Amino acid sequence: MPRARTKPVSAPARPVTLYVATRKGLWTLASDPARRGFKLAGPQFLGHIVHHVVLDPRDGRTLLAAARTGHLGPTIFRSTDRGRRWHEASQPPAFRTGSGRTVDHTFWLAPGHASQPGVWYAGTSPQGLFRSEDGGATWTGVDGFNEHPQRKAWCGGDQDGTPDGAKLHSILVDPRDAAHMYIGMSSGGVFESNDAGAGWRPLNRGIRADFLPDPAAEYGHDPHCVRFAGGNPDRLYQQNHCGIYRLDRPGEDWVDIGTGMPKSVGAVGFPLVAHPREPDTLWVFPMDGTDVWPRVAPAGKPAAYRSLDGGRTWRRQNEGFPASQAWWTVKRQAMCVDGREPAGVYLGTTSGEIWGSRDEGRTWRCLARHLPHIYAMEAA
Amino acid sequence: MAKASAEAAAVVRVRIPSPLRSYTDGDAEVAVAIPVLAPEHPPSLAAVLAGLDGRHRGLRFRIVDEQGRVRPHVKVFVGGALAPDLTVPVPSGSEVMIVAALSGG
Repeated sequence: MPRARTKPVSAPARPVTLYVATRKGLWTLASDPARRGFKLAGPQFLGHIVHHVVLDPRDGRTLLAAARTGHLGPTIFRSTDRGRRWHEASQPPAFRTGSGRTVDHTFWLAPGHASQPGVWYAGTSPQGLFRSEDGGATWTGVDGFNEHPQRKAWCGGDQDGTPDGAKLHSILVDPRDAAHMYIGMSSGGVFESNDAGAGWRPLNRGIRADFLPDPAAEYGHDPHCVRFAGGNPDRLYQQNHCGIYRLDRPGEDWVDIGTGMPKSVGAVGFPLVAHPREPDTLWVFPMDGTDVWPRVAPAGKPAAYRSLDGGRTWRRQNEGFPASQAWWTVKRQAMCVDGREPAGVYLGTTSGEIWGSRDEGRTWRCLARHLPHIYAMEAA
Repeated sequence: MAKASAEAAAVVRVRIPSPLRSYTDGDAEVAVAIPVLAPEHPPSLAAVLAGLDGRHRGLRFRIVDEQGRVRPHVKVFVGGALAPDLTVPVPSGSEVMIVAALSGG
């Protein structure tokens, strides 16, 4: 049965803070209420590889940061005062002793359901799912996934050889039902649980996997980023290795919405972000997926593409971006939207630049440069 | 049953590399006392690292993974010899040196 959509709300002007996770530490970029002026602060955790930093929307003050260094093992740092002071998790995500598996790094952090304060989820590389019930201080494996008899088959083995490590990402908790969750895995595909992670099933029908012997395989796909549509958790959008897709539940078949992208640009990319309130509006940032997959802005001309009709049509948005010779790469967690009106859209490049738009992508300007390789950005 | 006492403790000096000194309040060297039943039964490296973690919580997991293996870019030397695993005995008075190897940028 179709579920009611969340009613759109107006958002008053107030400052935005971007939490910028980089290969060399954490920075913040804070705006004035009009989002005209931005001030950079940091670094924190200088020298740490910070994969993700997320502010808990339930209390507005708890921050978690997933970090490691080049030589030391992975951990989680947590702050309960918006990043003034940090404490290390006493029990970071780790696989069961005797399993033979080791967490290389925590890649994705997701606050739990609004009715469960203190609950967080973490996705790791290699693919593992972990849960905390104490605000990120201690973590335990979600056995329904980590110990699932099919887990190795879904993921293509314990270490599938992806150059930077296979990831469990895009942990989505249904805002109407704490037990209903989705995850994305590179490699593996999209999976759904209706019992708080006790059981999982693949949800990849309609998605091409042209790198597999069977392009219509049940699992083994490579979703890069999966998001709920704004205001409608019955709709999912996905940027995949093989295009852009939409799924309207309770349907089971993903619809290819990358076909409307210009052929010269293609439908390959890492990030995808959804408008905070408009379920038909989303953005992608295409990258070159031809030949040996350069994964940079096609032809060195960066552009976001926005759809206002659920992916049926797309419009190029590049006003303010360099017109040429800008070979940007934007990783899957390095594009985000704020909840303001109109929505702000932000992206961070692997070459350390942050670009933002306060008019839903119509115009862009550089907000910061000279930062390290940007892995992730979250707006709060 | 034999009982460990202060006299039957192996005292080991552990040299801490700079990436781990946030756990030791900046100390480059930490002494760890491990109870032993008798001097001829020295503690293992695993016991030394557990003792170290007891004083400096979280340090062990940064250098040893959840399967008890030293992490790929970390080396541990006991008395100047590379320890292949955590079963290596650590006699009282010996030195444990932790080395964290950086590579590239």
